[in-house]
Amino acid sequence: MSEVTAAGETLTATNIMRRGRRPRFDVKHQPGFGFMAVLCVLMLYGPIVLLVTYSFNQNPSITIWTSFSFDWYVKAYHNEQIRDAAFLSLKIAFFASLASTCAATMAAIATTRVKPYRGLTLAYTIINQPLMVPEIVTGIATLVFFALIKQMTGIYGLGYLITAHIVFCIPFAYMPIRARLEDMDLTYETAAADLYATPWQTFKRITFPMMIPGILGGAMLAFVISLDDVVITVLVSGPGEETFPLYMIGAIRRGVTPELNAVATAFLCLSALLVTVFFLVTRKKKE
Amino acid sequence: MAATSSDAPVQETGLSRPELASRANDRAAMRRRLMLLAPAVLIITICGLAPLSIVLAYSWMQPAEYAGVIPQFSPDAWINLAFERDLFSDELLPNFAYYSIYARSIMMAGMTTLLALAVGFPTSYFIATRAPHRRNLWLFLITIPFWTNLLIRTFAIMLILRDEGVLNVILLKLGIIDTPLQLLFTNWAVSYGLAYAYLPLMVMPLYASMEKLDFRLVEAGYDLYASRFQVLRRVIIPLVKPGIVAGSILCFIPAIGDYVITSQLGGGKRMMLGTLIAMQFGPARNWPQGSAIALGLMIIVLIALFIYAKKVVARSNMR
Repeated sequence: MSEVTAAGETLTATNIMRRGRRPRFDVKHQPGFGFMAVLCVLMLYGPIVLLVTYSFNQNPSITIWTSFSFDWYVKAYHNEQIRDAAFLSLKIAFFASLASTCAATMAAIATTRVKPYRGLTLAYTIINQPLMVPEIVTGIATLVFFALIKQMTGIYGLGYLITAHIVFCIPFAYMPIRARLEDMDLTYETAAADLYATPWQTFKRITFPMMIPGILGGAMLAFVISLDDVVITVLVSGPGEETFPLYMIGAIRRGVTPELNAVATAFLCLSALLVTVFFLVTRKKKE
Repeated sequence: MAATSSDAPVQETGLSRPELASRANDRAAMRRRLMLLAPAVLIITICGLAPLSIVLAYSWMQPAEYAGVIPQFSPDAWINLAFERDLFSDELLPNFAYYSIYARSIMMAGMTTLLALAVGFPTSYFIATRAPHRRNLWLFLITIPFWTNLLIRTFAIMLILRDEGVLNVILLKLGIIDTPLQLLFTNWAVSYGLAYAYLPLMVMPLYASMEKLDFRLVEAGYDLYASRFQVLRRVIIPLVKPGIVAGSILCFIPAIGDYVITSQLGGGKRMMLGTLIAMQFGPARNWPQGSAIALGLMIIVLIALFIYAKKVVARSNMR
């Protein structure tokens, strides 16, 4: 048997009996499934690995490998257009994650560990609304809404794009904070109240410090989601607001340069790193 | 309870003092909750829900010449979804151009779902049969790409599929082909890209239902002389069916409304719902038309989500 499941799992009575007579028969095995799983991971990572590899290729022709170099990273950094686009995206992600995490933290406190009250389901539905509408629909709806406001007020600026990001970041920031709160035992707060702590003191000294992993997780998720967004950013961004996705679409149209590989790799790594940290921070401790 | 009692005057309730005090506390708690909920709820209502109602209103108006709308009632955008007006006789004729876009969108999303299922099913079964600590690592591996920028991942696929891309270079070197194959800007490229992007959405719910699979039933199947394939078909698949349904719906929904992958890998010619909507707000400058198509898409998605909630979530809660 090429695939062996963990010891202990398959040691049922039947298996032990069978083992004596003939090669172990693994009831969980299905032929070819392991191969498909490996194929699945290759399918997911193949293109990414290729992109990362090319970003370190000295040769400007992307199909011929010559030698390892950081040249394209240096060139990308010194390319003002790329640098501006990247920093604009990071700036938007920073403000959007900050604002959405604040709103999500407050909403999570109001919706977790409470007796069901009228309007609770409605609150859930509204908070999760951005997840239920297809991105393209949200994108064009936000576009027409902001066009209307711009027409009426004459105010322009980056605020619109940040606001659009805050909206779809809230549900993602909300999820880990809510999960964290639900895992928290009310006994600590009750103990604090028994010791004559005011509600505010209880919140400041007990609830909030215990919530921090969830809040950090929510902020990281919101940051990653904002950084990853393409559709809404492309549709909503005003003239002169060239974010990274917009730059990238333009660059693909104009013809790909190895600098693009470098900066795309940097963005990939940033997202992957943040998500990894997110999983580590919000991981539940096994008893 | 506090919400219902707050309407009645306190003097007439005839409650004891502690009860009254606890009700006052409840009311204060309620006020605090509303204040805490306000920022999130308000911003989503104003910038998420209100825009949708504007889209609904726009879909019943006339297009302005250079983008925007003329605030005059017109059902044209909705009629256009199915029929087009003959230029000369004003007759309503079937709008075949749109039919083909609907058909292509459904076909591509369906193909994507099948492809993701074909890869995702064995993968999630394999993961679910690993040792518990290994499972998390596998799931982590599968989900990581999902959290990275879709445009970058699409770009990475382009590096493989384009004329001077890796696949063509390898095939040329091996002498299998003489001239580069047209791989990019084909239906296959789009559905491969979509399956690649939404595979984690298939694997996650599938894994969740396979994790709960009772392997005693599988063993019973073997005891009754079933072959591997028979056990798979008659025991495992029926048992994990909720996961298959859930994964398929979750994969189908973003695939049918996709914009990024279709526009990059499809090359503009292969229009789908997402690209069609974007085009109406871009070069076509027909906002009412775009609004009507967008709402149509949203209705399809909401129906799918409704089925998902009824069939999948309700059933998993029952267990």
